[in-house]
This record gives sequence, structure tokens and C-alpha cells, in this order.
Amino acid sequence: MSVLRPLDKLPGLNTATILLVGTEDALLQQLADSMLKEDCASELKVHLAKSLPLPSSVNRPRIDLIVFVVNLHSKYSLQNTEESLRHVDASFFLGKVCFLATGAGRESHCSIHRHTVVKLAHTYQSPLLYCDLEVEGFRATMAQRLVRVLQICAGHVPGVSALNLLSLLKSSEGPSLEDL
Amino acid sequence: MDSYNAPESTPSASSRPEDYFIGATPLQKRLESVRKHSSFIPTPPRRKIPQCSQLQEDVDPQKVAFLLHKQWTLYSLTPLYKFSYSNLKEYSRLLNAFIVAEKQKGLAVEVGEDFNIKVIFSTLLGMKGAQRDPEAFLVQGLILSPRLEYSGTILVDCNLCLLGSSDPSTLAFQVAGTTGACHHTRILSKSQLPSENRQGKVLWTGWFCCIFGDSLLETVSEDFTCLPLFLANGAESNTAIIGTWFQKTFDCYFSPLAINAFNLSWMAAMWTACKMDHYVATTEFLWSVPCSPQSLDISFAIHPEDAKALWDSVHKTPGEVTQEEVDLFMDCLYSHFHRHFKIHLSATRLVRVSTSVASAHTDGKIKILCHKYLIGVLAYLTELAIFQIE
Repeated sequence: MSVLRPLDKLPGLNTATILLVGTEDALLQQLADSMLKEDCASELKVHLAKSLPLPSSVNRPRIDLIVFVVNLHSKYSLQNTEESLRHVDASFFLGKVCFLATGAGRESHCSIHRHTVVKLAHTYQSPLLYCDLEVEGFRATMAQRLVRVLQICAGHVPGVSALNLLSLLKSSEGPSLEDL
Repeated sequence: MDSYNAPESTPSASSRPEDYFIGATPLQKRLESVRKHSSFIPTPPRRKIPQCSQLQEDVDPQKVAFLLHKQWTLYSLTPLYKFSYSNLKEYSRLLNAFIVAEKQKGLAVEVGEDFNIKVIFSTLLGMKGAQRDPEAFLVQGLILSPRLEYSGTILVDCNLCLLGSSDPSTLAFQVAGTTGACHHTRILSKSQLPSENRQGKVLWTGWFCCIFGDSLLETVSEDFTCLPLFLANGAESNTAIIGTWFQKTFDCYFSPLAINAFNLSWMAAMWTACKMDHYVATTEFLWSVPCSPQSLDISFAIHPEDAKALWDSVHKTPGEVTQEEVDLFMDCLYSHFHRHFKIHLSATRLVRVSTSVASAHTDGKIKILCHKYLIGVLAYLTELAIFQIE
């Protein structure tokens, strides 16, 4: 299956699955470990991938949330993300996709302008989160946030859906993004 | 930051009434965007290729020749309060006294020869982009003659008695060899020739300039002089002492200017786009690969004419450089490298760019090689410095 679709499989009982896509293996592994340390009512499953499309030979559960990790220090991760985005079905972008930009703390190492990632997130109508994944404290906080978002996307929080959350997050952004 | 409130109150800054309504100055735009909680785009997507401006012809190439081919460390400087160009002699005197006091305190202890620096302030005429820019000025530290130590006098007198040589010049050299370079007496200094040759040699140079600093000039009031770019060449301890004096006297703040990889790629593209009659250096890039246990460095050298040919094929709009062209230029280099070596240079960090026009390192070190495009190079650096101040 070359394109990821949100509803092509049945959900597992009390299971929430997140897919982290990014070129930096070490950072993804650390983020996954932080997320699994969080105590959560549902059973968490974290999948890591360097890029999409995912190999079809593996039997995997339904994916509830995709997080694309972009490292601002390397243009390669941005190019990789852009290519992977082509293999995601459009209905995923109704709140089940999120962008995470890392490395903004060290300004002198940045080779991508922050504005490029902002524009990317705006084009795909998805929220953009900033986190320096190399710092332990920030990573733990981001893991907590992602676990909460994952629970909502998997439908484990009564009264809030992924689309609800998306419109809540979007209303805090100003109208001037249309100038981009 | 009281200076930011000044444009609304002083009539001289707001010359055009539409500025109030549209908020055309970048600072006012930024303040508006902060109030709206929206994102601000700090870098314009287009920039002018450095050209030979008319003001450049006023600058005497010989006078600025000492600025070329030297490694400068970059700092950004906030506006100087109550600085005046007519008091330069006064400032030299005060700074000399300050340096002497600091050296006596023993804080800047340098192992080796203890030279006294004499500081001279001078203006650099013609180092400006537009007529509005303030004049650049130069601070040079020259070596004074070595200091006279009273203990040395006694020692040499004893030796004179002991050795009893008839030829005073050979005696002087002999004694200098035994007692060390610091110790001289009045007798010796008359005959000792080498110290007079060293007097007046420039030990430390620093210069302040502002090229096309319109966005900053509009926001500050009359008392402030905007010279956001400071370049220093010489010992780090001297830079620190002189920087401290400026910070105390003019209530300004120095901060080292680091150039990130994004700006380095812009510099590479703009400098490759400059028309040169003959190329003095190859175009060279240096990348740092972050891998453990120690980082690798990848160096890529291109013949400057090939680089220019590549740029010409990428370049579409005459006279201007856009973000897409810069990205395309760098992507061509990356894909060429990948085809041969299977290494993704886009995953590494660009650390150094070196062309025939100038070379820049990410730590904020720059060397300018071509006097024709001096103003153009400085204009971009001024923009980076202003961005860092704001």
C-alpha cells in the first residue's frame, strides 16, 4: 500500500498508534522513549519511519496520528518530509497530521529559515509545533503534548475529535498568514 | 529601550504621513505584527546583487587597501549615545588612559613582550552606502616604545662594571640578551636600533561602519549614532578592553555576530553573481558533518568560472537575487556531489564559504579580497548586524 489512509483498518481496542517520520533516528528514538514513559489510560504504540511510503509487508495497526519531524539544521530533512507527504492520503490532514520543527534553539546552525516550515504547515493546514528535541526537559513536555493529541485523534477522549482540535488550534493563528 | 518610542514623538523621523498609517518602516511593521500575534518575515525574498556604486569611486583604493586581505571578527553594535566626530582626539586620550589603567590592574596579562598600545581614532571617508549613513571611523592600536623599568638600570650598571667592554653597542646587545627584552636603560635605548623600527606598527585595528542602514536610522533619535557593524583584527584581549571602554562611554552593547548556514548560502550566491575580471581564488565551501566520535569536514572546491556559469544558468531576474535562485544554486551543487559521492550535503552544516570576492566563516570571521565589491559585502553584513540588534 503506497498511500496511508486513516480509515482503511479497524481500530484496536483501547489502542492508540502514532507514526513519527523523520531523518534523525536518534531524536525520534528519544522522543518515542519519552512518550512511552508517559502514563496514559490507553495503550500506546509508537512507530518510527525514516520516510514514506512504508513497506507493505509489515502488519501494522491503524495509524491515528502522523508527526513529521523537520530538523531546521538540515535541508535534507525538509526535502525528505516533502517527499513523504505525497504518500499520505488527503483525509489524514483533517487533524491527524502534525509538524514538529526541532533545532530552532541554535540559530547559528540553522540552514532552513523558520518561515519555510511555517509555510509548509500552512499549506497542509496542520499545526506546527516547535521543540528542541535534544533538550531533555523540552522533549518530555512535547511527549506529554503529543500523547494528549494522540488520545484525541484515536477518539479516546469523549466530546473532542481530531477535527475539533484542529479548528481550535487554527483559530489562534492570525489572518496575516495569508500574506505569505 | 527608549529609542524605539522616539519616531512617534520626533517630527524629523516621520517625514511622510503615510508611514503612520501603513507602517512602512520594518520596525513599525514588526510592532504591528507582534500586537496581532502573527509571524513576521525578517528576510526579504529578494536582494540586490552588489554593484559598484558611485560612492565607491570616492574611496581611494590605497586607503582601503589595508582593509582587504585581513581576517576580521564581526560584532554587532547598538547605537552609540552622544558620540561626536569632532571629539576624536579626546576619545583617543581617554581610551589610552583606560588601556594603561587596565594593563596596570593586571587583568589583561599577556605572557611575552609587554607592549604599550597607543590608540588613534580616525574617520574613514567614503565608507557608506547612502548619503544618510553616518561616517565610518577607525580605531588603530599602535605599538609604543617599550617601557623603561627602574630595576633594569641597576642591573645594567653592575654589568657595565663587570664586563668593562670598550664598544658600547656590543655591550648593549649582550646585556639585552641576558636580562630580557623588557629591561632597558636610558643608555641602551639610544644605541639600540631595533625598538625604533617597531614603533608605530599597527597591533590592533577596529572599525565601525554602517552601509545602507536605513531601517535602523529611521528608528533612532538625534543623539544616537548608528554604526551597527564593528570589525576587529588583532588580539582578543585588546578587543575586550576597547569594547569595555566603548560600552561604558557610549552606553552601547557589543555582541559577536555569528553567520548561520542560511545566510552563508545567500552570501555564496551573491558573491558568485558578482562580475569579476579575473579570479584570484577558487570558490570553496566547507561543510561540517555532525557525527560521533569526532566531526568530519567536507571541503568542495570549484573553479570560479564554472561556478559563475552555473549561476548564470540559474539566474533569471537581472540585477536581483531571489530565494528560489539561491536554493536552486545550492541544490545543484548538492546533487552533483551526491551523484559522485553518495553523500547528502544537505544534511550537513555549511561552515565556510570562500569566493574571489570574500570569504566568510560561520563563527563571524570575514576576509574581503576585492575592493570593488567592498561596499556590497558590508551592506549584507550590516543587514545581518541590524537584524541581530533588533
